[in-house]
Amino acid sequence: MIDPTTPLDEGVSLNTAQVLLDPPAGDPVMRLNDVTVAFAGRKAVRGVTFDVHEGEITALIGPSGSGKTTLLRALNRMHDTVRTASVTGSIMLGDVDVNTTDATLLRSRVGMVFQRPNPFPTMSIYENAVAGLKFNGVRKKALLDEAAESALIAAALWDSVRDRLKAHASTLSGGEQQRLCIARALAVEPEVLLMDEPTSALDPIATKRIEELVGELKHRVTIIIVTHNMQQAMRVSDRCAFLLMGEDKAGELIEFGPTARLFSEPTDPRTLDYVNGRFG
Amino acid sequence: MATTLGFDSPTDPILERRRRIQSVAAASLGRRKVYSKIAVGVCWVFLAIAIVPLVGVVVYVVVKGLPAWTTDFFSHPTTPEGIPGGGVWNAIVGTAEIGFIATAVTVPLGLLCGLFLAESDGRTAAAVRFTADVMTGVPSITIGIFGYIAIVRNFGYSGLAGAFSIGIIMLPVIIRAGETAIRGVPRSLNEAALALGARRATIARRVVVPAAMPGIITGVLLAVARGLGETAPLLLTIFGNQYMQWNPTKPMPALPLVIYNNSSQPYADLLQTAWGAALLLMVIVLVLSVGSRVLAAVLQRERR
Amino acid sequence: MVAIFVALVAWYVISIVVQSKPAFSTLGFSWIIQKTWAPGQNKYGLLPFILGTVETTAIALVLAVPIGLGTAIALAHLVPDRVRPALSTAVELLAAVPSVVYGLWGLIVLAPIFREHVEPFLSSVLGWTGLFNGPDNGVGLLLAGVILFVMVLPTMVAISRDVLAVVPREQVEGAMALGATRWQVLRKVVVPGARTGILGGFTLAMGRALGETVAVALVIGNSPFIAHSIKAPAATLASLIVNNFGEASGTELSALFGAGLVLLLIGVAVNGMARALVHSTARAGGAASVAVA
Repeated sequence: MIDPTTPLDEGVSLNTAQVLLDPPAGDPVMRLNDVTVAFAGRKAVRGVTFDVHEGEITALIGPSGSGKTTLLRALNRMHDTVRTASVTGSIMLGDVDVNTTDATLLRSRVGMVFQRPNPFPTMSIYENAVAGLKFNGVRKKALLDEAAESALIAAALWDSVRDRLKAHASTLSGGEQQRLCIARALAVEPEVLLMDEPTSALDPIATKRIEELVGELKHRVTIIIVTHNMQQAMRVSDRCAFLLMGEDKAGELIEFGPTARLFSEPTDPRTLDYVNGRFG
Repeated sequence: MATTLGFDSPTDPILERRRRIQSVAAASLGRRKVYSKIAVGVCWVFLAIAIVPLVGVVVYVVVKGLPAWTTDFFSHPTTPEGIPGGGVWNAIVGTAEIGFIATAVTVPLGLLCGLFLAESDGRTAAAVRFTADVMTGVPSITIGIFGYIAIVRNFGYSGLAGAFSIGIIMLPVIIRAGETAIRGVPRSLNEAALALGARRATIARRVVVPAAMPGIITGVLLAVARGLGETAPLLLTIFGNQYMQWNPTKPMPALPLVIYNNSSQPYADLLQTAWGAALLLMVIVLVLSVGSRVLAAVLQRERR
Repeated sequence: MVAIFVALVAWYVISIVVQSKPAFSTLGFSWIIQKTWAPGQNKYGLLPFILGTVETTAIALVLAVPIGLGTAIALAHLVPDRVRPALSTAVELLAAVPSVVYGLWGLIVLAPIFREHVEPFLSSVLGWTGLFNGPDNGVGLLLAGVILFVMVLPTMVAISRDVLAVVPREQVEGAMALGATRWQVLRKVVVPGARTGILGGFTLAMGRALGETVAVALVIGNSPFIAHSIKAPAATLASLIVNNFGEASGTELSALFGAGLVLLLIGVAVNGMARALVHSTARAGGAASVAVA
């Protein structure tokens, strides 16, 4: 374990080391406090408390079954359709309580990208890109075009599709389809983008491209990403929340903090075990 | 346009666009939600509308048909209007005989065809399959015409001509149901039997067909339900008969025929008979249909 | 075995073609679209019956498409899981009721209701369309169309429901996550995703309506003239055959065979299309497509 009070070997000064391990936080854009998600009384994830900071990428990491995806989906109320689901605790988006505000409007501010690319098969590339805008009542062609182009550029897709916007989404490769889904989510200009293992269904090259993309996107949207791939979390995220299934089969937050610190000198021994590959 | 976005800081265009989109979203929220509620509500209303005729028909037929169900109804043949004590016993026998003959011939034939189709994937098989599917939807009156041309013209009106027509209607249904059921049997059963050295025909008989039984029985029951309810082909082939007729080579009565003929009569007692027969026919057909599903579910569970 | 089946089908088609030949040789080809049916004058125009067939089917489909689709959406996506099997079965059982029972019910129960309440109401509200002229009969095109609607509804619902239910969950969630309302998800994602199957169900329903005989014959009024109002009595190709077959002979009989041939060709064409469409969708509706046939 590194003692932060002594200077490091490579001439890196103490201040820089401190900054690396504890980067200054932007404003919290989402605050979770004691969040618990239960299905028919059985808790899937409980007592989670942490803040998501603006302009950062926050990763939810942990072995399978630790409740990462369940927690993520609570942030844009995807559990609303499950009759047996109950979400307690407070999730604040700015000064709005996620669980009491209108779900439809919430989802225009908190977007989501899924594990497997899911472009709408009956729609063209352009129609996919503007689908979210249309759902939210935007009709002006100028605004639609502007948002679609901006989003497709941001998703590094514009150059390859600009001449075939009317083509069906199914003509794209897997990686391109996922980037289309990212563009689709971005077009609505959400404040937060939730990503549920967005590269797990893709090949390594497509994965790399999306990781680069995500790194560039964080200045535009705050990103919360679920990943079971530790290296990905290390490469991509600014902060990590490490979840682990407890004895009651409910996931709990073990540790939350800057990625660099979590991976090099975590506070909790379980975190250390996980990042050293001892389980999961 | 927005081709020079600086990716290092959120620049005005994005914030501005976000503001615009949010304001449209918020402003249209009420309208969008109301529209959604109304549209979904309409779907519920349509569901209710779809259920109404079922309830209406069943209720009416029961209410009007039940009074006709006297002991005479089930034991006496039909009588002309004005003469009391009539029943539909002869029609019941007629329907039963025709149904029985049609089933006895079509089931083996249909299942063998289905077995063949289930084992082949070539283009001939595809063509036959398609033909069978189309034949299940062909207007039944044309099948009646065929029965007339093939049999009545040469041998006169008879129960057999009726059975022939009903059989043609049932055959494609059984072929397809049989094929689907047999295809549903896991290949592993087939392979296991082959590995034990059994010949193909034996395998079919002893392993595959019994395993496909639930699906086959369901299909057969549904085909029978369909066949018993058909009227148009009978109108052209069996002619009907006022008296008891056990001999299928002669003109025969049948329940659908009685209903059809009595429906447009102005005599109350004939109409009463029609309702009673309608109730009987409906009960038989519904029992077969529902029964086939229940049977399928029960047999499926037992297999596990 | 299969050869026997194929032989039967071939025999069936050939018989009808052959038996209607005399009509074609005596009357040429255009008799099919003449508009007067008067055997006494040796006129065998089939146009009134072709129109009747098409019009009753059109009424049935105009009602069956929205109501069928709405019901299917409700069954596939709105109804709670526990109630779904019972309700779906209930709608499908409508298909099991024999057509002659529908005819009886239509004639004795619905016709008076139509004559005394439905038709006057519709005439007052929609009379401006010019479709509702003439007296209120009860029996006629409208009642026949409505009875056909009830009969083809289960087909439309069963097939649509099956394809609507298997639209992948991830697409539904994708739309939800963008901020779509429930109806937006259904309209823009679920229904388009099922559209081929729905079209197949629609075509199958059309085939069924075109071929229906006894229920229509009982409630359509059996008038051999072209109807000028939706309330007027009319006749279809099938009802023509079933009503006149017993006493017909000679050219008239041959003409009836010809009508049968026309019906056969229409039925095969429509059902062929329907089957091609239904087959090209996912195998979700396997049992339904056999049972509902």
